[in-house]
Amino acid sequence: MRTDPIILGIAFGYLALLFVVAAWGDRRAEQGRSLIGSPIVYALSIAVYCTAWTFYGSVGRAAEYGPSFLLIYLGPTLAMLLAPFVIRKMVRIAARQRITSIADFISARYGKSTSLGALVALMALISITPYIALQLKAITVSHATLINYPYTADATLVDERFWMDKSLWVALVLAVFIILFGTRHLDASERHEGMVAAIALESLVKLVAFIAVGVFVVFVMFAGPAALFAEVAATPALVNSMRLDSAPGGATGWFGMLALAFLAFLTLPRQFQVLVVENVDEQHLTRASWLFPLYMLLINLFVIPIALAGLLMGASAGDPDSFVLTLPLSAGLEGLPLLVFIGGLSAATGMVIVETIALSTMVSNQLVMPLLLRSQHLHLSTKGELAGWLLGIRRVAIVLILLLGYLYHALIGDSYSLVTIGLVSFAGAAQFAPALLIGLYWRGATRQGAALGLIAGFMVWSYTLLLPGFAQSGWLSTTLLTEGPWGITWLTPYALFGLENWDIYTHSLLWSMLANVGLLVGVSLFTRPTPLEQTQAALFTEAMHPNLQTTTLTTSLWRGQTTQGALQELLIRYLGVHTTQRVFQYNGNPPPFMADEPASPELITRAEQALAGSLGSASARVLINSVVRGEALDIESILSILDTTSQTIEYNRRLKQKSQELALIGEELRSANERLRELDRLKDEFVAMVSHELRTPLTSIRAFAEILRDSDQLPDEKRTHFLGVIVYESQRLSRLIEEILDLARLESGRLTLNPVSLDLAALARHSIDAVARLHDEHGVALEVSIEVDPAMVVGDHDRLEQVIINLLDNAGKFADRLHPRVRLTLYRHRRHFRLSVEDNGPGISHDERERVFEKFHQIQRESEIPRGRPKGSGLGLPISRGIIAHLGGRLWVDDAHHLGGACLILELPAAADSQYSIPSLFPLPYR
Amino acid sequence: MKFSGQKSRKPERLIALVGITLLLFCPPLIIVVDRLPSANVGWLPLYLFGAWAVVIGLTAWLMEHRAGR
Repeated sequence: MRTDPIILGIAFGYLALLFVVAAWGDRRAEQGRSLIGSPIVYALSIAVYCTAWTFYGSVGRAAEYGPSFLLIYLGPTLAMLLAPFVIRKMVRIAARQRITSIADFISARYGKSTSLGALVALMALISITPYIALQLKAITVSHATLINYPYTADATLVDERFWMDKSLWVALVLAVFIILFGTRHLDASERHEGMVAAIALESLVKLVAFIAVGVFVVFVMFAGPAALFAEVAATPALVNSMRLDSAPGGATGWFGMLALAFLAFLTLPRQFQVLVVENVDEQHLTRASWLFPLYMLLINLFVIPIALAGLLMGASAGDPDSFVLTLPLSAGLEGLPLLVFIGGLSAATGMVIVETIALSTMVSNQLVMPLLLRSQHLHLSTKGELAGWLLGIRRVAIVLILLLGYLYHALIGDSYSLVTIGLVSFAGAAQFAPALLIGLYWRGATRQGAALGLIAGFMVWSYTLLLPGFAQSGWLSTTLLTEGPWGITWLTPYALFGLENWDIYTHSLLWSMLANVGLLVGVSLFTRPTPLEQTQAALFTEAMHPNLQTTTLTTSLWRGQTTQGALQELLIRYLGVHTTQRVFQYNGNPPPFMADEPASPELITRAEQALAGSLGSASARVLINSVVRGEALDIESILSILDTTSQTIEYNRRLKQKSQELALIGEELRSANERLRELDRLKDEFVAMVSHELRTPLTSIRAFAEILRDSDQLPDEKRTHFLGVIVYESQRLSRLIEEILDLARLESGRLTLNPVSLDLAALARHSIDAVARLHDEHGVALEVSIEVDPAMVVGDHDRLEQVIINLLDNAGKFADRLHPRVRLTLYRHRRHFRLSVEDNGPGISHDERERVFEKFHQIQRESEIPRGRPKGSGLGLPISRGIIAHLGGRLWVDDAHHLGGACLILELPAAADSQYSIPSLFPLPYR
Repeated sequence: MKFSGQKSRKPERLIALVGITLLLFCPPLIIVVDRLPSANVGWLPLYLFGAWAVVIGLTAWLMEHRAGR
């Protein structure tokens, strides 16, 4: 089964499947139903981080250096933890500025600098080529291992002619695939949805394949992890293989590797591509921040068991980098090795595809385009669109990059193990980190600082890692490594300035970062940024600023002028008619196109963004500047906006807080004020009513007294009548004053009661006697029904009598005019005595029943139905209710069951037999 | 606009988690774990995977937890 045709058939079949998935993804994207709009797909696409290096090399590194291989994955775990701060910011900037690659990003940050972009692109090309070579090597070696087992892979690889070299063919096939799916169209946003979908699928395949091998090794070759580790424990040579001592460089090396992986994860061109450029929704970062680390945990779960198992097997397992393949092969399996091969192929092709697309974009946008734009000849002669050119450049770049990778593999690659090559690339890519990360947070970083830092860091990296690699491959004398150049030992690449016994990557990272960061910061402190740089620096560092979220801000910053015609001509020349139309019709209903009219700031911004999405921000800037007159971006305004806004936002926040507090206090004050106004109104009303009440008798007294004074001839009987009236009105007046005083005492709580145990029945009879004369005068028929005798209650004798008389008096006044009847009933109700007084008058309506207890209520009724003289002061009932409440009882209006008029019921608690309590201490509230 | 009292505390918690992660995966603690007595390959691999899983779990909880304020 392990014959070339079958293996090649399966490999090509798998690539064909990827074609289909990618095509499907692209079609769905065109229909607007994106396949990749899910955080899971996003996380899987980030897993392009796990290349053939993870798939084959992790086991090799674990076998050689113990658990330190995990640092390559712990660094990215840290980076993903910080994703909501760092990567989110990068994603937002990239979306807003239509960033196409990390070179574009750095170039845009430092004033859309063409030279900086070219520098980064060149550095990326040099440092990543070995990494691509590594993937080609992995595919070739795994293929050879599969075919040749049990012989070693090298046995046949050595003598082959170059056209028989599988890596060459792999490189060419991949080039075709990448050209087909990476450079199909030139869009405003450099997104490749189909490619991302295919990458996500590949990530799944490699995970499944690796876990399958792991499960097979641990549970089939050995009877579970316990058995495997028991066997390891019995092998003295292996017991210490997973200790910290086996990690290169010890504790320093450990930390250095963690830092290296952290930085490289953010700066590797392919990671930048999937993390930032291909991100379709910022929100996906939230879930990916734990899903991707989980993916890495899973794919590494079986690395140590496989490495230990391979080491236990000894020579039959071959090279540790191939354990994943040789272990199932040694067990005589046929299917599993094929699955592993496909998994490794997935890991390798995934990386090559994304990396090559990212690099080719950089090469075309940052290296070739600026050159083409600078050449006057091309500028003048180009009549048609440049899109075709651009695609052509990218296609050529893809083929060249892959061939470069192949050459590196063919000429140098064999002397290195997989992980070594990978780490060299990591350290190279990490050189972008200072310019990227410091530029993201420090507005003062300048272009000169970034460029010098990059160059210095890159040179140190080349000297400490790349050059020794050439030496080890026999291209240079190995004395360079042992004695240093020209015998200067302190310049030895692996022990610069005498720093010996360090892990070579940590060593290189330390010196290169020192040079890189030192120059970036140092030079930035002593150079002045150009206005455009200042603007871009502000836009980058303040990307999460809430005031920058609106597009109107960026558009309002434009001050340059051009005509719509000139802009259209420019866009058509570079992007074609279709894209140009899209830019001009952005808002659905475009303003009528007038070639001579000035273009709006929004239109210029959209045009630059569209150009940047295809050509990179630096080239787009050059092109826009070629048609726009005057400084396009007004730097002063953006700087002032950002400087003032951060302060104003803080002031605003505090102001809002204060105003909310004030609003709250204002509300409280308003309600207190309303309450006071109401009380004031009530007081005024009361005073008015009292004065009115007092004036009425006073007026009549005065009138009659004047008559008596002025008329000497008055008959005696008239004089006596007048005097009688005066006496009557005086009594009324004094009674009224007495009542007002009572009320005042009641309300202030100063009413003194004299509670004793008394018989309510006797009191009732006494009261009836008191009003009998008055009732007789008016012909009131009084019925009395005393059902309990005696009815002992606790109360103030005089006050209670006052209340009962008041009730009887009222009933007599309001009873029917022609046949007035009043009925008094005293009865027991549970533990209370009730005394009810009914009349046969018009009664009291339900709404009125509580209002009759209001002060002077009767006066209001009087004003409605004028019936001559007032029948009372309107204070009797409120006073009665107050007294009864003080005695612990109740007074209310109820339905009259016997006579059909009004019925007032007085209720007092029955006194306990020998109890002498003071109920006024526990008054019930008014009803 | 949110007032300071209602502000999400997710960023602070996340930074604390980054600190914990650094502590868990960096030398002082790693050396301590490595020196624990063991007859087998040592506790380091188990510790690394265990700590890693805990960090991932905490991140997932922090990120997916709706009331993360």
